[in-house]
Amino acid sequence: MATAEVIAPPLKEYPVIPILQAGSMASSKPYVANAQMQQALGFPGELVEGWQEKAVFRLGELLKNYRSLKVYLDSCVHCGACSDKCHYFLGTGDPKNMPVARQDLLRKVYRRYFTWSGKLFPRLVGAEDLTKEVLEDWNTYFNQCSECRRCSVFCPYGIDTAEITMAAKEIMDSIGMGQKYSNEIIAKVHKIGNNLGLPGPALLDTLQSIEEDLKEETGQDVRLPLNEKGAEVLVVVPSADFFAEPHVFSLIGYAKVFHAAGISWTISTHASEAGNFGLFIGNYGQMRSIAMRVRESALDLGVKRIVVGECGHAWRVAYSFWNTLIGPFDFLDPNHPVPQHICELTYDLIQRGAIRFDKSKNDQYVVTFHDSCNVARASRMGNMPGGQFEIPRAIIRAVANKFVEMDPDSIREKTFCCGGGGGLLTDELLDLRVKGALPRMEALKSVVDSDGVNFMATICAICKAQFSKVLPYYKFNMSMVGGVHQLVANAIQLGPK
Amino acid sequence: MTAATIIFALVFYAATALCVGGLAWRIADYARTPAPLKIPTTPAPTTTGGVVLRMFREVALFESLFKSSLWTWLFGWMFHVALALVIARHLRYFTEPVWFWVTWIQPFGLYAGFALVAGLGGLWARRFLVDRVRYISTPSDHLMLVLLIAIGISGLAMKFLSHTDIVAVKAFFLGLMVFDWQPLPSHPGLYVHLALVALLIAIFPYSKLLHAPGIFFSPTRNQADNPREVRHLSAWAAALEKVKP
Repeated sequence: MATAEVIAPPLKEYPVIPILQAGSMASSKPYVANAQMQQALGFPGELVEGWQEKAVFRLGELLKNYRSLKVYLDSCVHCGACSDKCHYFLGTGDPKNMPVARQDLLRKVYRRYFTWSGKLFPRLVGAEDLTKEVLEDWNTYFNQCSECRRCSVFCPYGIDTAEITMAAKEIMDSIGMGQKYSNEIIAKVHKIGNNLGLPGPALLDTLQSIEEDLKEETGQDVRLPLNEKGAEVLVVVPSADFFAEPHVFSLIGYAKVFHAAGISWTISTHASEAGNFGLFIGNYGQMRSIAMRVRESALDLGVKRIVVGECGHAWRVAYSFWNTLIGPFDFLDPNHPVPQHICELTYDLIQRGAIRFDKSKNDQYVVTFHDSCNVARASRMGNMPGGQFEIPRAIIRAVANKFVEMDPDSIREKTFCCGGGGGLLTDELLDLRVKGALPRMEALKSVVDSDGVNFMATICAICKAQFSKVLPYYKFNMSMVGGVHQLVANAIQLGPK
Repeated sequence: MTAATIIFALVFYAATALCVGGLAWRIADYARTPAPLKIPTTPAPTTTGGVVLRMFREVALFESLFKSSLWTWLFGWMFHVALALVIARHLRYFTEPVWFWVTWIQPFGLYAGFALVAGLGGLWARRFLVDRVRYISTPSDHLMLVLLIAIGISGLAMKFLSHTDIVAVKAFFLGLMVFDWQPLPSHPGLYVHLALVALLIAIFPYSKLLHAPGIFFSPTRNQADNPREVRHLSAWAAALEKVKP
């Protein structure tokens, strides 16, 4: 399949709700996982005999295990509150990218097989048999949802399309129709320890060369330790931080913070990945076994604390799910939150005056902050609700002089996904990713024009990779995006006080 | 005892049984189904008290809908508040002596009848005028609004156009509740009104009206944001821990 033409929509002065363009994204599909990838995760290699009954059976099992799914499939009244809230709808105008219509792709099957009204009067209530066409629609449109939960903010019943999408992906996996990108990555974590398949020796090599660069830059022995037993803190970062730009600049930021604060820390080869694509495919078992590597590493290395780097969905899994999946953490120091976000750690050090900055080192930047969806709507930092918004901003204000907010409807809990989350950060979906970035690009353009913003900070590896790729399609410089700890790295003072 | 009396008595017993039985089954099902993971839409309250407050704002004020769409909120909230007032007003047909606050509420309930129909009209108009809402509307979405509007108009008609013997109607319902059947007045408007109400009651647990109990079981709204402080573990997730990987 040739890569589809990638077209960036024109940026408008003000956000406009598009007119429906039925079928406009019908050809955007992910590559299907091959037999080897599928079987590595215990899923069937190809579409199974009798897939229809098996899919309905799996849906029945999920309905017994997930209250969210059951309540959300029943509760929707088609009020339309969510219909103009999805970035993929705003960028494409395809009606099946309205959250309610996306949910209905699964809901109509649920109604047909699990409700009296759908069994007796399918036409009346919009119930439909699970046909090959419906399955194709699932593969197309559940792979146009980044599970960002923006719709769930606006739904009067809190219906979270991410829960529906995850269920649909789990069903598709169970009948042999997995998504290549996500499933391939999960297999790499199991085999090597991280999403990128970066083996231990390569990791060691990378960290050592960063140490050498830092020695040259700062004149100090800033360390990036690997597998160091007895370190106080295990730091789990998205593996992109090890070599991708701009990600690596944030890794340098973490290293400098630990160095300046005098806290011993280590990275682990076994848990060299904060990301957890088990979330994206809605598979509890996968999510748990991926997360278990972190527990094993923490026990093996004898650390007292676990800190998570700049990665959005990883922080959701760590903050919201780790205690459930791999807890309890009674072997760690109870005086620190488990797990702790790197921003929480840096913020505490700033509050205590334990690290110092020269803000003028960031004077070449006018900074704005892009809230990452999973951090904003599925996690917290600090003790107060909304700390996930305040703490990163407080860090930016502490390390840079010029900070500007984007349109209030595009930040905090109303933030737009970058367009690449949920396991969609793959080349065959690039057209979708570019279009899905439209709402964020419009908000960014507005502050670029009004305030000369030239740096968009964010705390998510997927956001960084996605924006680096799509910014040029909107005539922005790709290096405009970077991490919060990239700014920290620029400004932090490492010399004696 | 007219045939109509017997038919309506049986219809209301059946509708009530379907509604109560269906709701009990549905609510028990929701309550039994585990929520294995903490998924509150954040920022979320960190305490149970905070969750109760959030749920109250959601149920009484439609907070999320307000954030989403002012028009839908306006019509939707107007309809639901009006419906609550109208139902409260109708309590006088089911209580003897009539509770004092039900007496006090009567004039408000009367105006609420118009607000109810107006709100429903606004909601229905959106299903034709907004292309996105038109796309997602199923026949049952339209029919549900038609049903509610017809109930509202037939009720208003009995108040303002063609009165029925309301004292007899009250006697009929008081009698129904103690299985002592009293004659229902013969009045076409009343028959229409009661038949539609019985239909609404009967389909409540088998339709999208399930959003009413559903909101209370919605994990994104009813969970406290405290996963680091309290370990949340459902039964089937706990069972996984016993299996060695």
